[in-house]
Amino acid sequence: MKVRVLYFAALRERVGRSEETVDVPDDVNRVGELQRWLAARGEPWTTAFAETRRVRAAVDQSMASEGAELHENAEVAFFPPVTGG
Amino acid sequence: MSVRVQHEDFDVGAEIARLRAGNPKVGAVASFVGVVRDLNEGADVATMTLEHYPGMTESALAGIVEQARARWDLYDVLVIHRIGELRPTDQIVLVVAASAHRGDAFAACEFVMDYLKTEAPFWKKETTPEGTRWVDARDSDSAARDRWEPKP
Repeated sequence: MKVRVLYFAALRERVGRSEETVDVPDDVNRVGELQRWLAARGEPWTTAFAETRRVRAAVDQSMASEGAELHENAEVAFFPPVTGG
Repeated sequence: MSVRVQHEDFDVGAEIARLRAGNPKVGAVASFVGVVRDLNEGADVATMTLEHYPGMTESALAGIVEQARARWDLYDVLVIHRIGELRPTDQIVLVVAASAHRGDAFAACEFVMDYLKTEAPFWKKETTPEGTRWVDARDSDSAARDRWEPKP
């Protein structure tokens, strides 16, 4: 399954890119599984995810929990807690 | 209903006038203006840069406004949030709620701000004499949002 992954703010800087398209294995079907799979790929992802406290996610531009399901060509964003206003 | 994410500054008086123009049923307009402070967590802030998630930001703000409209009797709601580089004393966010009576207007305005702080995808980065740093989310903001949740 192919998904488009976006990174924002401190996590974007640590990963060193704002987006990438990844082809994930069959056992990666949920947001939390994708996060762990990305972090397990090595650097810079391992350190980037480890150093970002309370990573939050969105699927197709809606806030999503760890258990949210992915789908082909989903847009999945990872970011630190928001600080607007 | 209107939601805007923009680099430009806004004119509060003009925005309020536009929001209630031609509607004699409006008896109360509550507004909130957020401003960039020159001090955060003990450091002088020279500039503050706002990053956001284009597309999701607008839909998240629209969703928050929809929730407010479902909860209170409102004629109109406006949210403007600025992005890009800002400086102390700059306006950063505006929320305006128009209703027949003040209770609904006050409550909706506060509700929208509390949800915006915790659900809308904006991130602040400060420049201080020690360098740049991302602003940390505050637990008090989550607590402010949670008080609007239905009691179990």
